[in-house]
Amino acid sequence: MTIDAGFADPAHRTLVSRLTAGKAGPVAIVSLVILMLWYAGAIGMNARMQIDAFQRQGVSWGLPDLVRETLAQERPLLPAPHQILIEMKQTIFDMRVTSKRSLVFHSWVTLSSTLLGFAAGTGLGIVLAIGIVHVRSLDKSLMPWVISSQTIPILAIAPMVVVVLGAIGLKGLVPKAIISTYLCFFPVTIGMVKGLRSPDLLQLDLMRTYNANKFQTLRLLRWPAALPFLFASLKVAIAISLVGAIVGELPTGAQAGLGARLLAGSYYGQTIQIWSALVTAALLASALVALVGVAERYLLRRMGALP
Amino acid sequence: MSLTFQTADGPVYALSDIDLQVKHGEFVSLIGPSGCGKTTLLRIVADLEQPTAGRVEVNGVSARQARLDRAYGYVFQAPALYPWRNIERNVTLPLEIIGMAREERRERARKYLELVNLGGFEKKFPWQLSGGMQQRASIARALCFEPELLLMDEPFGALDEIVRDHLNEQLLSLWAKTGKTVVFVTHSIPEAVFLSTRIVVMSPRPGRIIDVIDTNFPRDRTLDIRETPEFLKVAHRVREGLRAGHSYDD
Repeated sequence: MTIDAGFADPAHRTLVSRLTAGKAGPVAIVSLVILMLWYAGAIGMNARMQIDAFQRQGVSWGLPDLVRETLAQERPLLPAPHQILIEMKQTIFDMRVTSKRSLVFHSWVTLSSTLLGFAAGTGLGIVLAIGIVHVRSLDKSLMPWVISSQTIPILAIAPMVVVVLGAIGLKGLVPKAIISTYLCFFPVTIGMVKGLRSPDLLQLDLMRTYNANKFQTLRLLRWPAALPFLFASLKVAIAISLVGAIVGELPTGAQAGLGARLLAGSYYGQTIQIWSALVTAALLASALVALVGVAERYLLRRMGALP
Repeated sequence: MSLTFQTADGPVYALSDIDLQVKHGEFVSLIGPSGCGKTTLLRIVADLEQPTAGRVEVNGVSARQARLDRAYGYVFQAPALYPWRNIERNVTLPLEIIGMAREERRERARKYLELVNLGGFEKKFPWQLSGGMQQRASIARALCFEPELLLMDEPFGALDEIVRDHLNEQLLSLWAKTGKTVVFVTHSIPEAVFLSTRIVVMSPRPGRIIDVIDTNFPRDRTLDIRETPEFLKVAHRVREGLRAGHSYDD
């Protein structure tokens, strides 16, 4: 018997199919497309201002001049990617980390309250979930509040939290961390309630036949069964924890942190500064989510998950 | 003893007038068609369901007290192994709950995994084992805290016939070796006749006992006895009982 494998023959593959087959190909293509759109957008959005400038200076200009200059403005409407990268290089690598202009300094300020809020929010979320799963009345009474807490726009409540806590002497790290906590306990609670309830009837009956108490059932069955759910929630939680910390920095009058950089940049029209703070925040969030993913893989593999 | 479920469509008489005594060291099979309440009866003995009327005693105490005393090991239809624990730690799960020391737990796991022919698989995770091996691990788990009574709810129902035959032989020698009392739920006639010292034939709507058959095959029997006239005679009587108690025209 022969099987005609003509389609699988590498020689028959087109360029497109070869690029989309691996992992690196599609990633590179998508990144390239985004970069091209970004540059096109930068040229388009900054052109108006550049043309005005050319006319004021009374110089004659062609399309190459326009493209070159729109990508090199000091305060562009939309900075080009390389401008942001240069700004980031200067403020991250070339500057002392103690400098007020160093993005490392500001990232650390934001990161520390992100992590504090994340830890507190995760703890709170888990405690609430354990309560909701074990106490029937809490399921009925607490869950609506948990859900409605997230319907309030964080932008509205953040300044109040910061101002009220400032009035009782709490400044700096803690108010921002509280806003992060407020945001990130929610996915943890929702995920953990589902996870702690995920063991099937048979697995629970088994515990009953051993006369296991509630704590043993939680420790030996519900908790390990909930861990995959917990990690899915933690990935969401750590990202919005960072968002919470940045939002919490906005009403403090822009002292320190990535949020402060954003605000200061917008006061003075420093768009490159805004964007480099934004990109740094995005990279930070990606790194944090990836870290949670590494922890997840390590733990679930130890728990016998398929490699 | 009887059990009535109150449902939206009115009461369902799951079990009625069940009167059964199981003696120490017996191997009793409950056999009947689906819906005859044999699993429910086993769950009542295990105190996983409560009867609406009547009384269940296990080793001279109430079913509830027996559960609190951890007097029985229960083997479910599915292995119900915890996927995040390796085989050894699945087997030692009840020992951990009892609070046994780690070294002793390991010793017990080794002993009972050996007994179900799973020696050497301690560090494997459930997904690395076949269905039959998983069910054997779950039997080791039920045995390892050394209860006097073993309750088994169609433990081999999901396995193919070849594996089932093999496990039946293993279970029989296990029973002969350990001298446990076994209550075994099945819907396979050959399985019930081969394994049991007593067969309880049940019929549905309402679940009730319609025949109790004593068998006296030698303890060290092999699968070959299934060809003997005595075996076929008992099997025939079970089949007759099932037919009488259950009209298949509805």
